[in-house]
Amino acid sequence: MASTSSGHIVSSYEEELIELTRLTSEMGGMVEQLVISATDALVRVDHEAARKVVSDDRLIDEKQRQIDELAVSMIARRQPMASDLRKIVGSIHVATDLERIGDMAKSVGRRTIQIGGQRLSNQLYAGVKHMSELVLAQINKALDAVTTLDDVVAVQICDADEEVDALYMSLFREFLTYMMEDPRNITDCTHLLFCAKNLERAGDHATNIAEAAYYIKTGRNLPAELDARDDD
Amino acid sequence: MSEQIKVKMRGENVCVHYGEKQALFDVNLDIGTNQVTSLIGPSGCGKSTFLRCLNRMNDTIDICRVTGDLTLDGQNIYDRAIDVVELRARVGMVFQKPNPFPKSIYENVAYGPRIHGLTRDKTEMDEVVENSLKRAGIWEEVKDRLDQPGTGLSGGQQQRLCIARAIATKPEVLLMDEPCSALDPIATAIIEELIDELRENFTIAIVTHSMQQAARVSQKTAFFHLGKLIEEGDTEEIFTNPQNKKTQDYITGRIG
Repeated sequence: MASTSSGHIVSSYEEELIELTRLTSEMGGMVEQLVISATDALVRVDHEAARKVVSDDRLIDEKQRQIDELAVSMIARRQPMASDLRKIVGSIHVATDLERIGDMAKSVGRRTIQIGGQRLSNQLYAGVKHMSELVLAQINKALDAVTTLDDVVAVQICDADEEVDALYMSLFREFLTYMMEDPRNITDCTHLLFCAKNLERAGDHATNIAEAAYYIKTGRNLPAELDARDDD
Repeated sequence: MSEQIKVKMRGENVCVHYGEKQALFDVNLDIGTNQVTSLIGPSGCGKSTFLRCLNRMNDTIDICRVTGDLTLDGQNIYDRAIDVVELRARVGMVFQKPNPFPKSIYENVAYGPRIHGLTRDKTEMDEVVENSLKRAGIWEEVKDRLDQPGTGLSGGQQQRLCIARAIATKPEVLLMDEPCSALDPIATAIIEELIDELRENFTIAIVTHSMQQAARVSQKTAFFHLGKLIEEGDTEEIFTNPQNKKTQDYITGRIG
């Protein structure tokens, strides 16, 4: 694989590529923070904090627009090739998935506002919090893989998504038990279950980001290669 | 895909010297039938030198020495038995600057078929001229002034006239050395559209400094650097995922 260490002859082009990386990292940090805040608000059933999560999602949408605009402008003006082209296309993908994770955090915020008060056992909240930590670790590793262009870690992240899915399934069963035990739990349990589902989907977007990192580094499509591997 | 593509021209261990200076080092490159192959690389990398080996244009330079094997349909084109004039009728060429003869539009196209004795009478010649101009996409613009000088046309029209002249002798291979570098974007687009259509009947090798042009018109791309063939492959692969760092640096505009 050809490296990208040496700089462009046109320095303003190089600066734009650096700016694109910076914007992507910045957006990644904002999204991680929003997931953390959303989870905190949920666990504490803090409506005020949840409302802030809902409104802060707009900042993430704005950051995605900035990345899109820069990427489109670079494609139009620079006619990027090879690793540059992959980086720009990859950044558009990463920003799209980050924006979706932001939406997932916002949904958790909206659900939190619906929950009247903490009537369910702490264990249920702890389960969702654990799920959130797992997903955050995935998002964090995926963003690192994008920055460091680490294709090996990218594959690990995709494999680790199964853990998130498994955890969601076990939470799902736990919630069902509670709902069957006492129908008064149904409303809150449903809200919590949807929150868990949102986090599980955020995990899926983390694997998409890892796939984008893999593509930027290698020029190859990871899902296709994993399918081929799993068929063996 | 390369399995199904027949090799039209093949270069094996091609070395070229201009006097003491070696310009090409052991180049191995196939030109596939009915494909467009782009040769790219910085100035002085040997891409034009290689192109000019394919119809022995280098023979016109006294101090130039070509070694290695160059074949057309498996036949060595540097063989002593080869008639160079006939070879150049089979492997035509279009140059960077449009260079129509100082003759009428009609004569520009008719000249080649006439010296090669490809037509029997005036009617047949008229057909060849009309067909060539039509295939070069310039017939509609010149059909009412065939007797006027070719040099009076616009740059883009002149280049299409030169393409018509090159294909009038029914070559099998068309070599193009930066055919659009003196043309505006519209004339360039017309020539590129033409290259795409010509591919049906001809095998094309094109030297271009425009990376975007290589990406647009060719199926295969070969990257030359300092007289060596660094990397060749499917155009899409070369421009999205080149394997060699030199290729990567060149096409992305980095200091090598």
